[in-house]
Amino acid sequence: MATQVVMPKLSPTMEEGQLSRWLKKEGDKVSMGEPLAEIDTDKATMEMQALSNGVLRKILINEGESAPLGQPIAIIGEADEDISELLKHAQAAKPEKSAAAPARLPSDTAPAVEVHTSKDQREQTKSPISTVSEDGRKTEETAAGGRVLISPIAARMAADAGISLSALRGSGPSGRIVKRDVEEAIGSKAKPAALRAVTSTRGAARQAVYEPSAYRDEPLSEMRRTIARRLVTSLGPVPHFFLTTEIDMERAADLRRSLNEIDPELKVSINDVIIKVVAAALIQHPQVNASFRDKTLRYYEHADIGVAVATENGLITPIIRSADLKSLSDIAIEARELATRARARKLKPEEYTGATFSVSNLGMFGIDEFTAVINPPEGAILAIGAMAPKPVARDNQLVIRQTMRVTMSCDHRVVDGAVGAQFLQTFKKILENPLYLFV
Amino acid sequence: MDNQSTESTGKPRGTTSAAAIIDADMPNGCGTRVADSNMAASEHPTENKETLLDIFRRMLLIRRFEEKCAESYALGKIGGFCHLYIGQEAVGVGAISAIRADDYVLTSYREHGQAIAKGISPEAVMAELYGKADGCSRGKGGSMHLFSKEVNFLGGHAIVGGQIPLATGVAFASKYQQTDQVTLCFFGEAAVNQGAFHESLNLAQLWKLPCIYICENNKYGMGTSLERAMSVQNIAQKACAYEIASEFVDGMDVLAMRHATQRAVERARKENLPTLIEARTYRYMGHSMSDPGNYRTRAEIEKYQERDPIKLFTATLKENDVIDDKQIAEFEAQIKAQVESAVRFADESPEPDSRELYTNVYAAPIKD
Amino acid sequence: MAVMTMRDALNRALREELARDENVFLMGEEVAEYQGAYKVTRGLLDEFGPKRVIDTPITELGFAGLGVGAAMAGLRPIVEFMTFNFSILATDQIINSAAKMLYMSGGQFKIPIVFRGPGGSAYQVSSQHSQALESWYAYFPGLKVVMPSTPADAKGLLKSSIRDDDPVIFIEQERMYGMKGEVPEDADFTIPLGVADIKREGADATIVARSLMVPLALQAADELEKQGVSCEVIDPRTIRPLDINTIVESVKKTNRVVVAEESHPFAGVGAEISTEITERAFDYLDAPVKRVSGADVPMPYAKNLEKLALPGVEQIVAAVREVSYLN
Repeated sequence: MATQVVMPKLSPTMEEGQLSRWLKKEGDKVSMGEPLAEIDTDKATMEMQALSNGVLRKILINEGESAPLGQPIAIIGEADEDISELLKHAQAAKPEKSAAAPARLPSDTAPAVEVHTSKDQREQTKSPISTVSEDGRKTEETAAGGRVLISPIAARMAADAGISLSALRGSGPSGRIVKRDVEEAIGSKAKPAALRAVTSTRGAARQAVYEPSAYRDEPLSEMRRTIARRLVTSLGPVPHFFLTTEIDMERAADLRRSLNEIDPELKVSINDVIIKVVAAALIQHPQVNASFRDKTLRYYEHADIGVAVATENGLITPIIRSADLKSLSDIAIEARELATRARARKLKPEEYTGATFSVSNLGMFGIDEFTAVINPPEGAILAIGAMAPKPVARDNQLVIRQTMRVTMSCDHRVVDGAVGAQFLQTFKKILENPLYLFV
Repeated sequence: MDNQSTESTGKPRGTTSAAAIIDADMPNGCGTRVADSNMAASEHPTENKETLLDIFRRMLLIRRFEEKCAESYALGKIGGFCHLYIGQEAVGVGAISAIRADDYVLTSYREHGQAIAKGISPEAVMAELYGKADGCSRGKGGSMHLFSKEVNFLGGHAIVGGQIPLATGVAFASKYQQTDQVTLCFFGEAAVNQGAFHESLNLAQLWKLPCIYICENNKYGMGTSLERAMSVQNIAQKACAYEIASEFVDGMDVLAMRHATQRAVERARKENLPTLIEARTYRYMGHSMSDPGNYRTRAEIEKYQERDPIKLFTATLKENDVIDDKQIAEFEAQIKAQVESAVRFADESPEPDSRELYTNVYAAPIKD
Repeated sequence: MAVMTMRDALNRALREELARDENVFLMGEEVAEYQGAYKVTRGLLDEFGPKRVIDTPITELGFAGLGVGAAMAGLRPIVEFMTFNFSILATDQIINSAAKMLYMSGGQFKIPIVFRGPGGSAYQVSSQHSQALESWYAYFPGLKVVMPSTPADAKGLLKSSIRDDDPVIFIEQERMYGMKGEVPEDADFTIPLGVADIKREGADATIVARSLMVPLALQAADELEKQGVSCEVIDPRTIRPLDINTIVESVKKTNRVVVAEESHPFAGVGAEISTEITERAFDYLDAPVKRVSGADVPMPYAKNLEKLALPGVEQIVAAVREVSYLN
């Protein structure tokens, strides 16, 4: 299958490159990873490597000519393949300025699906904003104002090696990218940078759980598009439907009590337990951990849970990022801290925008159950009612159990009835038997 | 300035004796000697006409120079502090007339008079006051830090009493180097309260150093009168604590000052012993140009102006037929020209080159 | 070459310089007949006589000023402060006279004086006798500040300081007087001021240490070597003017720095070194410059508290690990 070779981004500040020298001629055999050409960037002359196997069928740009990022500059394919279609597209291709030109390591395999790291999450139509200092180093900033923390030497090493900062994960304090992170990245260039290997909340990956979750976008299928169109016209902007279930909270309450006895300082609340369970359930039902994005559905890798907090000025939902990776104690501490700051109006925008799922708890106000409105573009929200002892039937006996009713509001464009119901089922199952968290 | 000329005018007559000092408060004991220019001729050499006229002219030059400084300061040509010597000329001129060119002088920030008396040209002093490159300290010192290695004028020190240990050290060096140079150290009466004064006098007598400490007691340390600052107001008497020879002198009498200094110089050169001279004097202007002088009355100032040192000396010289009005007028004219020339020189001298900011921080700078 | 204590190395330096130049003389409390409070000046009175080696009364301001005045008139005094704590009494003459005389006289009067003595901590001598004042003196343009950490450095640097035409604050360390080391015996052996010494080469981290901290830094480096971290130890030797270039070259190599000092942290020499590294080698840093300083308290008397107040090998090791992002 013939592929286009496009002008790659070989340095964080590069916007266009000049083809300095072709290292292969048309008709030459090419294998993945082989140097194809030398390209002059704004910083230095860099080698560009082939990303596929085959034969260099067509060179689209001559030595000495420049092209902006993303513009097709060659075609690689089988020796006898028909590349006319590709050629037509290539010649017609205008220089793109979309975010679809992510930072890529020259030796990346071209992924079938665009995979962005969380840094690019907010940059739908813009490249990362960068300020370039006098000697060319830069700090990458997201549109929302978040900054990449990186030590000066690491920044330089990354720039020199042509590694985009958004492809790096920092192991230093507050997620600072430090020298060894860049060294590792340089050493492991062959590995796809797309998927992060997340293991635990400790050590190297620790900082990751404070960043927005990674995700992938899937284009809407025909069916989805239709449903969306129809639902919007009939039900308003976000087509809600609601699912309710009643949950036996005995074991969850026990868990909370035991934990607080072990460590009184911890002060875990039922809501903390709920968040943890919601997160676990979301990971098992990724179709619910999603949002509607006009042309795509975005499925998140991690559960960034928005926790509704009532403040003087209204409702705000600070986010516990990657709650699926965090321990209950982490969540308890973080939830408390965020709520405090929320009430003090000290939250930063990135701390309350971009949840993948929200939880709203009016139980402390004695509400038995209620329906919550979804925070767009999230796919769903869970409304938690009060926990109270109620008479229920168990094994044909009447017993008093701590019971709680929850109502899930779903965006029908993202979550179907059955999908939502299955999620809720799992949620209930885990909450009724918290040991499922360990399975 | 010392002279052994055979042409002497004889003993000067008619100057007021120490007893007529207005607030006479004669200390006794402790080896203090009261200086009196009426003392027996055998005790000190008499001056010839040339020397006397030279002394007179220096005092007048300093007076006119300081008056010009007041003018220049008011015009903004002199910045910072400007401490004037008007009224105290007899102390500086009298004392410095008793030493050699290779002897040293250190003083406080009220130093223009002593600098000129020691031999720094009025041009170089005025240029320094104006902050110009041709100033005697290259514009880096200002009014409070005049220096001239050439005439052995070692500053010009702005911390009250700071010059006293320094002068003691200079005297130490002379003794160490076995020259017979002596060092004059001028300071005001308020400096006597500083620890540095006591530490220095102790060292000078203990180690026998040829340092002559001259306290210019003008009754006021800035706005604080002597009575408000000192439990024992007889400064000459403080020498007792260190067994140092001391003299109490009428600082308005330039010859008394000269003779007292001569005695001290002899003691220093021959015996390497220090002396403390307390010279009672008065400043007619405020502590500095910024001082309105509200702490004294107009009446007091006028009272002291009756004993203006230049007025007194003029009378003495006239009485002894050393000078007449015509001569005085000539001197005034010459001095006027001299002072104006100094101002012109200072005006025309350029500001220091901006690179001078970084020069002379170290004698042996270590390059980066 | 001979092995001798730092005390003896200093003694040799004084002896050689007194012999070399007649204008050099030494004064201070107990320097002559008592043979020196710390015996640094032992034997000098016998050899050079009371004109050259002078006992002073307890009159720091007086004899410091006397020294400066003598320097103005052409002598080359060495003024000993029994400890630098007592120099505080003399600061008016050191700072307002010695440091400024050349400048404010427009270059006419240089002050070739050395103020020397032990500074910093001793053993349980409490707050007024344990102060490290080098950053105070280093603050003033016109002064030079020197701190040796080995017997050879002590000898070479003291000789250079005495021969230097500027006022030098030469701060020794009482706790190091007994330290032994090889010392060149050549009477012309000098070490130039303003040149740092790389006491140990390394690749992973730089430790900048002075005086008492140098041996501790070297021990820390040994410890860290076992942990897989190779440390470069740099001893500035002259604090002012500081040889920042040697330090910067090291930072370029290792990307991480720890400054170890027994003085208080605030506005100290470590703060100055840290700032200069940031200004000149920012792009090479993998972590902020870390200081290991003495506790920000007056020195207590109790033995255990005194130990806590001073940095030890463990703190230096921990600091290096921190800037290396280990544990």
